[in-house]
Amino acid sequence: MVKVDGSGDASSLVQVRDLDKTYRRGGEEIHVLQGLNLDVSKGEFVAFMGPSGSGKTTLLNLLGGLDVPTRGSITVAGDEITHMSAGNLTEWRARHVGFIFQMYNLIPVLTAFQNVELPLLLTKLSKAERRAHVETALSIVGLSDRMNHFPRQLSGGQEQRVTIARAIVSDPTFLLCDEPTGDLDRKSADDVMSLIEELVAHHHKTVLMVTHDPVIAARAQITLHLDKGVLIEGVKLAHSVPAAGVA
Amino acid sequence: MKFARIIWANLLRKKVRLLLTIGSFAVALFLFVFLAVVRDAFNRGADVAGADRLVIINRTSIINPIPLSYRDKILRIPGVKYITHNNWFGGTYIEEKNFFPQFVIDPENQRQVFPELIVPDEQWNTFLKDRVGAISGAKLAERFNWKIGDRIPIKSQLYGGNGVWEFNLDGIYHGKRPQDDETQFWFQWDYFEEKVPQSFKGQIGWYVLRMDDPDEAPRIAKAIDAEFANSPNETKTETESAFAAGWVKQFGNIQTLILSIGTVVFFTLLLVTGNTMAISVRERTSELAVFKAIGYSDLTILFFVLAEALAIALIGGGLGILFAMLAIPELGKALSGLLPSIVLAPPMLLFGLVMAIFTGILSGILPGFGAMRLRVVNALRRV
Repeated sequence: MVKVDGSGDASSLVQVRDLDKTYRRGGEEIHVLQGLNLDVSKGEFVAFMGPSGSGKTTLLNLLGGLDVPTRGSITVAGDEITHMSAGNLTEWRARHVGFIFQMYNLIPVLTAFQNVELPLLLTKLSKAERRAHVETALSIVGLSDRMNHFPRQLSGGQEQRVTIARAIVSDPTFLLCDEPTGDLDRKSADDVMSLIEELVAHHHKTVLMVTHDPVIAARAQITLHLDKGVLIEGVKLAHSVPAAGVA
Repeated sequence: MKFARIIWANLLRKKVRLLLTIGSFAVALFLFVFLAVVRDAFNRGADVAGADRLVIINRTSIINPIPLSYRDKILRIPGVKYITHNNWFGGTYIEEKNFFPQFVIDPENQRQVFPELIVPDEQWNTFLKDRVGAISGAKLAERFNWKIGDRIPIKSQLYGGNGVWEFNLDGIYHGKRPQDDETQFWFQWDYFEEKVPQSFKGQIGWYVLRMDDPDEAPRIAKAIDAEFANSPNETKTETESAFAAGWVKQFGNIQTLILSIGTVVFFTLLLVTGNTMAISVRERTSELAVFKAIGYSDLTILFFVLAEALAIALIGGGLGILFAMLAIPELGKALSGLLPSIVLAPPMLLFGLVMAIFTGILSGILPGFGAMRLRVVNALRRV
């Protein structure tokens, strides 16, 4: 169960306690996150909403080990990441986090297959094993027939699906999605969201998603609002995750 | 190497820029190797000098002659094994531009003093019997397509006005070592002595002697110079390598000139390649951030950038060296007479390759460290 009052126990997959993040800009301190608490269990799909500058992306960066908090702790699957060295944090990201960005961020000179293979190059898997994993990931996102295409040869929706394949190929602990549909038309956005829902429903992935779109946020199991650096629990949706392909 | 595909794909991202950078490397490396070859050519005298040879010139200057009569006195000095003498002829073949070193030699002792320059016995014996005979270096004969038996007219600039001296080509010498000079033209002292004006008769340009023991060089040199001290033609005796080094100095400070040009080429290349790598890395800021986000370490990112720079350096450097291997022998022929004999030795190619690798790594270091220090959060925000 998602909790924002710090009452969760050690069984939570993601446990955030008293998280502060302060930026210094031109001598002025900006408190982006203040005393934030969060507990997310395995297999949950959480959406974060909030106005621009509310700290949504900052929170996602902190959860993904891309940034370090000013104060507080983040524990993921038992690993306290806030005090890890930069090197350890990099290794931790490779093992535990799948990133899905708004702008897809595929490497344009690599094919879809090669882009998806990137996280696996850091593992000890053989070439054949890597190939099998990549083909599975691409089949999950429905792009088996596009694996030799370069990003420029794919539509926006297809590019984002390749990004999702890249995020899941190493079977990470959780997925972090930063506005995953922000650059897509409605149809493609629906497709991508259906895919994310399928990952949660059928592959038991834990997904933390930032979005400013209430329609997209409504696809998550729970929506949390960030306001003045604090999380407020939003409307908890009673529905179960729809089957793949259902918008 | 599982990252090779990523490095290769990034290299080929901007093909025109890649070609231009590789081209810069190739041209610069060619220039580097060429300068090294020229520098080596000027220093060759010292390299080919025999450790057991001394050169005796007039103390005033090499252009001042020394009497032939000194020979027997020198031979009497203990430790002197063989002695020969040479004169600089300074003529040209058919046209002014066909200049090469012509030496008047003492045929009886030339081969004993310069045993590394080989003339077949049969050819040498013909030469000894032929008053107007001549011996050519192999490269010189190849340059003018001379064959044994050819009649060679040499126009004298120093002796006998502008008269033409005719020679029979009786033999061709080869050096034992690759660096031996094969561009000389030798002819007989007796013929020279017969034809030069009275004022030049009995005067030689310099002596070259071989000693029994190279360690005796300081003592023998001192003894020779002491022998002729206070005479009208005092001598200056030095080792052949010292003589060669002094000869090069007459051309000016070639070493400094070549080093200066080489340094400018190196820094220009470094700036060009460094700039290319910096632009290339800056263009890929968000991609590098993605690599880091998905778990690529800072060192792996540095490795990517350095590997790209090194690949450019090796491809460009390799092409430059290949071009040098093809072009320098031809340039050597074209510049024959203007420059000492040009030889492209393997150490120079190795030097070029080392320079290419060094420049490649150096040009990739700053952009590589920049990429390494990139903060993922900031870089992704720039998209």
